[in-house]
Amino acid sequence: MSNATTANHDDHHDHHPTGLARWLFTTNHKEIGTLYLVFSLIMFLVGGAMALVIRAELFAPGLQLVNPEFFNQMTTMHALVMIFGAVMPAFVGLANWMIPMMIGGPDMALPRMNNWSFWILPFAFTILLSTLFMPSGAPASGWTLYPPLSLQGGNSLAFVILSIHLMGISSIMGAINVIATILNMRAPGMTLLRMPLFVWTWLITAFLLIAVMPVLAGAVTMLLTDRFFGTSFFDAAGGGDPVLYQHIFWFFGHPEVYILILPAFGIISEIIPTFSRKRLFGYTAMVYATATIAFLSFIVWAHHMFTVGMPLGAQLFFMYATMVIAVPTGVKIFNWISTMWRGSMTFETPMLFALGFLVMFTIGGLSGLMLAIVPADYQYHDSYFVVAHFHYVLVTGAVFAIMAGVYYWLPKWTGHMYDEKLGKIHFWWSTISVNVLFFPQHYLGLAGMPRRIPDYAIQFTEFNMISSIGGFAFGFAQLLFAYIVWKCVRGGAPATAQVWEGARGLEWTVPSPAPLHTFDTPPKVDDSVTAHKDELS
Amino acid sequence: MKRTNELIVALAVLAVVTVITWGLFAVGDNMPRGVTPFSKDVYHLHNTVLGIVTVIGILVFTAMFTSVVVHRKSKGYEPAKFTHSTKAEITWTTIPILILIVIAIPATSVLIDMEDTGGAEMNVKITGYQWLWKYDYIEDGISFYSALDRDSNRARQIGSGINPRDVDNYLLEVDNRLVLPTNTRIRFLLTADDVIHSWWVPELGWKRDAIPGMINEAWTYIEEEGVYRGQCAELCGKDHGFMPIVVEAVSPEEYRRWVEAQGGEVAMEPEEHPGFVGRDRASGSDEQPEESAETINIAVLEQG
Repeated sequence: MSNATTANHDDHHDHHPTGLARWLFTTNHKEIGTLYLVFSLIMFLVGGAMALVIRAELFAPGLQLVNPEFFNQMTTMHALVMIFGAVMPAFVGLANWMIPMMIGGPDMALPRMNNWSFWILPFAFTILLSTLFMPSGAPASGWTLYPPLSLQGGNSLAFVILSIHLMGISSIMGAINVIATILNMRAPGMTLLRMPLFVWTWLITAFLLIAVMPVLAGAVTMLLTDRFFGTSFFDAAGGGDPVLYQHIFWFFGHPEVYILILPAFGIISEIIPTFSRKRLFGYTAMVYATATIAFLSFIVWAHHMFTVGMPLGAQLFFMYATMVIAVPTGVKIFNWISTMWRGSMTFETPMLFALGFLVMFTIGGLSGLMLAIVPADYQYHDSYFVVAHFHYVLVTGAVFAIMAGVYYWLPKWTGHMYDEKLGKIHFWWSTISVNVLFFPQHYLGLAGMPRRIPDYAIQFTEFNMISSIGGFAFGFAQLLFAYIVWKCVRGGAPATAQVWEGARGLEWTVPSPAPLHTFDTPPKVDDSVTAHKDELS
Repeated sequence: MKRTNELIVALAVLAVVTVITWGLFAVGDNMPRGVTPFSKDVYHLHNTVLGIVTVIGILVFTAMFTSVVVHRKSKGYEPAKFTHSTKAEITWTTIPILILIVIAIPATSVLIDMEDTGGAEMNVKITGYQWLWKYDYIEDGISFYSALDRDSNRARQIGSGINPRDVDNYLLEVDNRLVLPTNTRIRFLLTADDVIHSWWVPELGWKRDAIPGMINEAWTYIEEEGVYRGQCAELCGKDHGFMPIVVEAVSPEEYRRWVEAQGGEVAMEPEEHPGFVGRDRASGSDEQPEESAETINIAVLEQG
């Protein structure tokens, strides 16, 4: 523990504590961004280790390594850790680092709250992970915590619910901060329709977070009182309804899916123009498509529960509404390809990850359209087909976009170029192994393998073995990623301010590494410096 | 000059993407066609939509990789300046909407058919327990439990020393099969006693959740005799993976003989069944539920 230094500097901004205190008390958006990203990487590796337990057990039929109770704890914790610990904090970290620099603001609007929203997370996840060591074990009812099953668990449920509340508080504060920053801290001339798409997608995501995290909080609080205080919200014997929980949960859960993917769309919309050396195609349409997807996310929740027995009219409504999402999503894909079209492309690691995203997110999107078709969903639902679908959109979608973003902005953060050769190895290794991991799961689902089972019938053996081999290969590839990042932080070829030949936007006008404080005096913004220009705007 | 270049590359890319896609279809499994009119409708619907999304995917990837191959800086390609095209954007908004309508029409008609559970010739009540199923033949007064068979159950224990490959129908065999007549419109009433389960036999074309305190309906009309296997599809606790479903479809005559052979037998209480562990197994919960949800379910069923 070191004490805050009292050394005086000429510039009062630059004096701050060193050592641990620097990170505990920091209110600087760049330092908090780094904290979020490091935390996210740790959680990604923890959640990945849980996935490897799952894949190891599923390598062959029969139970070899873990008992079914622990297997169910692993599937549950893997999802909670990856969603709330890895993907969401990674996006918040990127938002912290990049949004103020992209809009020409000096920092986030609410720096002390920013510190608090990060420092809640380590406590939340310590509580969540500690349930693994409790006598009743970690939650084992899936990350959706459906009652009545989730109510059968032990007292650890209370700890899980507390940690979900903490994560929710952290997310809501982060979201308020993002909105306040974007609406108040823009440099003169940075009109809303001049903002980079990453900023736009985060603005919309922040509204989604504020709208749905309280809904999740309500749902899990009702679970808490059902389990410990004798209420019967979800207990049929007491006049409650177990399906009510599913409606409330997915009213949160579906917008949550877009919380996990909209900032990814933003990152891809930054990277593709840079490496195509061409401005983003259809900027205004991209903004409207993002807003449309966000709106639709509120009216499609029941497509996660087509098999619970809803009235015909409700099923038809949710099917049609879900299908409509394909339209704005298609607009995005077509616009990205049009941005590349007749550009002058180079293929550095961020661009490779962006292209990987484009291909594999499209595969996940198309299987999503199949899942919207209710009669066919009666077959797909809760099978490995669904597992394949959401891992294509979450791993090769959200996670690939985060990695693309990390490679893209790493030189700006550290002042060094990462090792391009290792980056390319990481990309190809990850891309091949992730497809070996998840593509066969489509076949397993269609052949009738349910999800969340620790053991399976003999006919599912081959594809499970292939999938497990892919899983281990993908898992170890991420250790290489951690090494590449560490190596880049330690040193490397110095990065220029612009870093990438085709990069446009305010973040590329500041030196690399970006000094602790940027844009203390606001820059002047017009169309010549912004990354995007659309004749419509 | 550049235009021909793009076209030739596009055709080559199209060929490569198509061959890869064909390969992915050739090595993998598809959904079973099933043995009921509904499962066949679902199978055709699935194939139609899969075909449409495959063609969309091939076209998207062809455009993308053509650009990746041709529009490279290393080939001296100068970037164009366009950032917008109203015509293109209207096109790729309208065409997807038309495709969606083409998909929605058959999907709607199949769904309406599935949801019409009227005109049943016999009714079977399915109740999910942790971790076995109970079947009640309402008209024929037969009632029994159906749990994982002994051989699978022995082999699945950690360190059992039994290779699952040596067990017939490992994890997909039960002690008492659900015997159903072919060419009969059968209505299922699904509920559960403890937690939510989901009854899924892929060859019948659907799954439906069995929810405590609720009665769900579904129907089938099996056209071919045979044995059809499935599993619980909704996570229901530690032995979720070990509560299979086996339907044995026989001719209506043979079904009558089977019903007669069952005569007079009363179903075991669930607690007496070797596969039953019971709701009070729940770890960490020391209180007993005040009233069984099943009592309520049966009351609801009798009323309506």
